[in-house]
Amino acid sequence: MLYVQNIHFKYGTVPVLSGISFSVGKGELCGLFGPNGSGKTTLFKCCLRFLNANQGTVQICGDDVSQRSIEELARLVAYVPQEHKPPFPYLVREVVLMGRTPHLGGFFGVKRRDKEIAMDALAALEIADLADRPYNQLSGGQRQMVLMARAIAQDTPILFLDEPTSALDFQNQMRIWQIMRDVAEDGKTILACSHDPNHVAWFCSRVVVMGSGRVVAEGEPMDVISEDVLEAIYRDTCAVRTFEGVQMVMPRCVAERRESRVPAAGGLPARTGGGVDVGSQSTVLAENFNDI
Amino acid sequence: MTESTGFKQLLINQGYDPVDGFGEGRKIAVLAALAALLLATACIAAVMGAYDISITDTYRTILVHLTLGDVTSLPKLHNTIIWDIRVPRIILAVSVGGALAIAGAVFQGVFRNPLVEPYILGVSSGAAFGAALGIVFPAIFFSIQLSAFIFGALAVTLAYILARVRGETPIITLILAGVIIGSIFSALVSLLKYTANDTALREIVFWLMGGFYYATWNDVLLLAPAVLVSFVVLWGLGWKLNVLSMGDDEARTLGVNPERYKFVVIALATAITAFAVSLVGIIAWVGLMMPHASRMLLGPDNRFVIPASLMMGGCYLIVCDTLARTLTTAEIPVGILTSILGAPYLCYLLRHKGRVIFG
Repeated sequence: MLYVQNIHFKYGTVPVLSGISFSVGKGELCGLFGPNGSGKTTLFKCCLRFLNANQGTVQICGDDVSQRSIEELARLVAYVPQEHKPPFPYLVREVVLMGRTPHLGGFFGVKRRDKEIAMDALAALEIADLADRPYNQLSGGQRQMVLMARAIAQDTPILFLDEPTSALDFQNQMRIWQIMRDVAEDGKTILACSHDPNHVAWFCSRVVVMGSGRVVAEGEPMDVISEDVLEAIYRDTCAVRTFEGVQMVMPRCVAERRESRVPAAGGLPARTGGGVDVGSQSTVLAENFNDI
Repeated sequence: MTESTGFKQLLINQGYDPVDGFGEGRKIAVLAALAALLLATACIAAVMGAYDISITDTYRTILVHLTLGDVTSLPKLHNTIIWDIRVPRIILAVSVGGALAIAGAVFQGVFRNPLVEPYILGVSSGAAFGAALGIVFPAIFFSIQLSAFIFGALAVTLAYILARVRGETPIITLILAGVIIGSIFSALVSLLKYTANDTALREIVFWLMGGFYYATWNDVLLLAPAVLVSFVVLWGLGWKLNVLSMGDDEARTLGVNPERYKFVVIALATAITAFAVSLVGIIAWVGLMMPHASRMLLGPDNRFVIPASLMMGGCYLIVCDTLARTLTTAEIPVGILTSILGAPYLCYLLRHKGRVIFG
């Protein structure tokens, strides 16, 4: 579905991407995970051709993106930017309808069918009640949902999401990830970049970890989100624990604090005490996860 | 009945579909009302003037011309005043007002800033310099209009070239480049004013204030078709302009090539602005105000904002020009009136609709 092969990119003389290769299969929800400045956004821009890679190829559905026009590319890839405020008060339904632009023809080309598709996309995300609100007066979470609806209306086989949950509260983050899973289950391919190792571990079917312009690890989240990998990109800040089969990444200092404090309080062995204590918290998360 | 369904089908084919939640039925009705308002304003303006001609005489004169009747049967004086002075002046006012308002609407869309006006890239300063050159050196620059047009277009071209970095023209550099080029040409105009003799200075100042005093059919035949063609093209790009106003990267992923369409839109809008300015001088506020007023009525969808701007800009300039030629025995430069009437309107917008309009 998406093949990225040996991408190199430099801003001036500063190398940002040095030989990125990975692939994402159909129907996968792939997380692109890495610290600030690791080149995630630049990689996105190279894939979407906002930037031209110095070297390497990106193939989407078997097509080399550098050989495709902007119009053709827009029928293959939808892009969900980080939420932002446009200067004009377009209604939500109009913003979603803009997703139909690559499929339009004629003088204006907006057909009744396109409007129906736009409204269906809003209904699918259960935000049809927002349809008549001005987009730039919504909250950040609502705007992110609207941008998701627009990408769905664009009806492309693959979707790119640029930190879709970074500005949202916990509930909205879970909602967006849930929607992404639903969309992927419908057979679409999603590449979403994220800062949160737990999110990619919980929701993605595949993870590509980036660090300083290279792919550090790639594969199933269970294998990839490990202390070794996190150590490689975050040094010694993270600890990974597993509670009832769910992986949790937490700050190492928090994990150690728990594990060392408990015996003093209750006299139980450190490992068990820590496990039980954190375990009760993680059941909440685990329930959440089961719902999903 | 068949006619009305035929019309409906035509609208649907053009992408306006009245039957759904997008409120396009209402918007089409508003556009029709604006067209009627424009026509009514033009008709009233034709009757008004320093020389009193009765309503029946006025319309008979116009009708005879429109139906290609026998013009010699009309009183010569009426014919001259109505057909050779008032009518071309009204049509020129509509064309200029429409041109500035459309240019303002699309510039605001492209620059993603509702406070942009068509002169932002320096077209007015360039045209002013061209006109001043023509006035001060009539031997070299034989036509004031041509010289104004050329320098107006030149200013924008320079700004565009200056702003182009690695094949892209970011909005912010474009606006800065426009400010730079504009201030250079303004300085040059000042220089010319300083060196000009009294007669030339007077003429430059008068030109800068803008007016329709010398409107002729020739001007109309030059400007009106250009405005009409640009209008149709820009109107057709209305939806793409909506997408473009979301930002370059998003436009690209939605299949709209931002560089290509920015270039087309800026080139067309600049051409008609420079053209209008070269014929009638600098008329302020229309290009800023009318797109705002259109958005208040119809929302930000450019498929509706562009035609509404054209009609409201036309209306506004007819009203201002009619006031300019009837308020006092001497003529008031219309640029002064558009500013005096326009500034309070923008104050009102800012105070009361600020959140909706300015986001």
